[in-house]
Amino acid sequence: MATKLTARRSRKTSPTSETPLVQGLLIALSLLFMGVILLLPLYAVFHEALIKGPGAYFAALLEPDAQSAIRLTLLVAAIAVPLNLVFGVAASWAIAKFEFKGKAFLITLIDLPFSVSPVISGLVYVLLFGAGSVLGPVLKSYGIEVLFALPGIVLATIFVTFPFVARELIPLMQDQGTGDEEAALSLGANGWQTFFLVTLPNIKWGLLYGVLLCNARAMGEFGAVAVVSGKIRGQTTTIPLQVEMLYNEYNATAAFALASLLALLALVTLVLKSALEWRFSAEIAAGNH
Amino acid sequence: MDVRVTNVRKEFDRFPALHDVSLDIHSGELIALLGPSGSGKTTLLRLIAGLEMPTTGRIYFGDTDASEWTVQQRNIGFVFQHYALFRHMTILENVSFGLKVRPRSTRPPANEIRRRAMELLDLVQLSGLEKRYPNQLSGGQRQRVALARALAIEPAVLLLDEPFGALDAQVRRELRKWLREIHDRTGHTTVFVTHDQEEALELSDRLCVMSQGKVEQVGTPDTIYDQPSSPFVFGFIGESSHLPVNLNDGDIRFGSLSLGQAAGPLSAGPARLFFRPHDVDLVDPGTGLNGAIVASRRVGGTRRVELDLGVGQLVEIDVPFDQPFNQSGAISFRPRRWQLFPAAERGI
Amino acid sequence: MGFTLTYFSLIILVPLLALAFRSAGLGPASFWIAASDARVLGALRVSFVTALIAAAVNVVFGTLIAWVLVRYRFPGRRIFDAVIDLPFALPTAVAGIALTAIYAPNGTIGALFAPLGWRIAYTPAGIVIAMIFIGLPFVVRTIQPILEEVSHEVEEASATLGATRFQTITRVLLPSLTPAILTGFALAFARGVGEYGSIIFIAGNIPFVSEIAPLLIYIRLQEFNYVGATVIATVMLLISFALLFAINLIQAWSRRRYGYGN
Repeated sequence: MATKLTARRSRKTSPTSETPLVQGLLIALSLLFMGVILLLPLYAVFHEALIKGPGAYFAALLEPDAQSAIRLTLLVAAIAVPLNLVFGVAASWAIAKFEFKGKAFLITLIDLPFSVSPVISGLVYVLLFGAGSVLGPVLKSYGIEVLFALPGIVLATIFVTFPFVARELIPLMQDQGTGDEEAALSLGANGWQTFFLVTLPNIKWGLLYGVLLCNARAMGEFGAVAVVSGKIRGQTTTIPLQVEMLYNEYNATAAFALASLLALLALVTLVLKSALEWRFSAEIAAGNH
Repeated sequence: MDVRVTNVRKEFDRFPALHDVSLDIHSGELIALLGPSGSGKTTLLRLIAGLEMPTTGRIYFGDTDASEWTVQQRNIGFVFQHYALFRHMTILENVSFGLKVRPRSTRPPANEIRRRAMELLDLVQLSGLEKRYPNQLSGGQRQRVALARALAIEPAVLLLDEPFGALDAQVRRELRKWLREIHDRTGHTTVFVTHDQEEALELSDRLCVMSQGKVEQVGTPDTIYDQPSSPFVFGFIGESSHLPVNLNDGDIRFGSLSLGQAAGPLSAGPARLFFRPHDVDLVDPGTGLNGAIVASRRVGGTRRVELDLGVGQLVEIDVPFDQPFNQSGAISFRPRRWQLFPAAERGI
Repeated sequence: MGFTLTYFSLIILVPLLALAFRSAGLGPASFWIAASDARVLGALRVSFVTALIAAAVNVVFGTLIAWVLVRYRFPGRRIFDAVIDLPFALPTAVAGIALTAIYAPNGTIGALFAPLGWRIAYTPAGIVIAMIFIGLPFVVRTIQPILEEVSHEVEEASATLGATRFQTITRVLLPSLTPAILTGFALAFARGVGEYGSIIFIAGNIPFVSEIAPLLIYIRLQEFNYVGATVIATVMLLISFALLFAINLIQAWSRRRYGYGN
């Protein structure tokens, strides 16, 4: 039995928390680390982009190669994101609502692009369609260029952004089970009606969330696209590749100006993502990447 | 160890959870804090433990003011409703934890810690399971581990917060008996919180009935059941029915019928008469309270009937299950024992 | 169902099989010769050592940040919580040039260390910084949900048994977070090893010193040395799979033993 009367803790501090001083120190240390590691680079992008004034900034953005990079990036995202959206919904539908052999294996494989180096993601397409491959020369004889052209860039982008929609939806659809769908079917709805009137409304926020992340990654992918693009200026350079080329040519301001577009996209993505999480947290599966 | 709670008030964000609560807990007794949810019973238990600090008021352990002591200094054993076992530790490690974290100067040697932990596991009848993890035990077994863990530090007071609340009825009854046995063998001053009156009546030496942040009554199970001090206690413990009555020169009248003589301080005027459904005598028609049977159901060896005494006044009484009813479906009865409370008093 | 599997096979399986076939087609002898090339070994060493250091740093600070975000209330908490995901959203090339600008000898932080003779950018230290940046959210986001699940009662139980707050944290809380911490470590490590975009600008890319394995794959491809590229990729993939396997084992083990995991 303790007999000392010394109360080292103030009355306000609960026994399952730390003293305000310790809390303050830990918070300060965390915020300092996050500030230096996460926020400073974000600030640096805009700082470097505007270092020579708004004139140079907009000139860099309006430059023809920059314009062509922006157009290509938008085009690639416009193809890759809808394809992965359709696949993501189909895959999570299949996984959540049906039982089949190899289901666990499929779930593991869906995550694969997350754990593969982007350079390797690009490499596999070079091996598949490049000079020494079987497919490449065949397609070439029909006049179809995959590598160092739009199709290669789109394929590589699809590969790396493949998991985003599916892994957002799978836990969501598994949670919801098949009860609603069975009720709709028993009331006479057909398969498509059930999907559009029952399933889709249930997953719409999770879907939007997945699309958002998928899009950010699609527009910003660098390693995989660098391998398959060939970096033909004005033709096969996306924004990130153009940033690299400008940077390596010691045109840092122009590089940062283009980079600031992607940084803005990242900020918008984060704001929308957080807004979705705060408002619809129950309808979005815990965002673990 | 005696524990005295004196004039304790506790507010959470300006919302009072306890108003001016005082309670003397005697050394070695098993006392129940009983009340509906929101009555403040768990808050009181956590204040004794030092998991919360009172807004005002003092708490004494023995003769020493323990109000400022931290939870670690109070040396209490606390058992949680959901066990709160350490999931990454074996049963043995769980039970030894309290001894292992002691400062080197007061920590027993490792083999002594092990011996004591094994002894306690034997006491709670879990010998042989010491290498298991909590996840591998049933709910009842987990709660016994939690108790052994709390006993390991030789606590000044043992505090249990709804210890059987998460268990199913069968296990709960077994553990209840078993807790009483452990208490009788170890003699720890024990306070437990429950909302189950049956559990409180069966298990405890004394009960402290609480409602809306106040102590309603403290006493032995017999006192609480037979002499409830307020309409709340009468209504909360056991079955009860009540009637609006008028006092006239000590005569208790329901309408024109005299029910008996009032003893006590209540003055003339309206009052309420509380009685238990089983404390009634059936009488000839016209000589007692007449009621038409509204509903009847079988409860164990008796039949409980709901009677309409007219003007919408409903009461419940117990009658023998083989009691023949007359054609009119009416019953006459007189309360055998009762308690009177002022008409205006708060209660059920 | 059919569509799912077809699309999946075309996009993921066929390309990966192509890699596997190319690699298998080499035969063990020539595979070994290409894999044991000094520059390849050097690049693999740089990648794995820096990723190990970065993941270790991230485990310490990631755990701290997860703790602060879950347990404490302070102004701006939600904003900082959202900022954790920045490395997921910010394209790697952008992060790469931004980090280089900051840590170059004339940059905001680089200038602080330059007078001491310490260089961060264009050395392995720069690689570690970039890997910390991209790996941090993996650790925080793995630990956060587990920490939110830990019941207050367990901490209270520990306190009633006489444990100091420090003992409660080190003996009760951290051990119950161990599976999540290990998983976060493995994820951050795997991501660091494979990372390309944010590193190549800041690394300096000196062979044997600061040249990472993904960059060497890229260089081999530029030289049309597909065999060399394939071999490095295969070695990296095998190690990544081993890591993924390890993560699954950790989680299965913690689920079996403690009844939880993520």
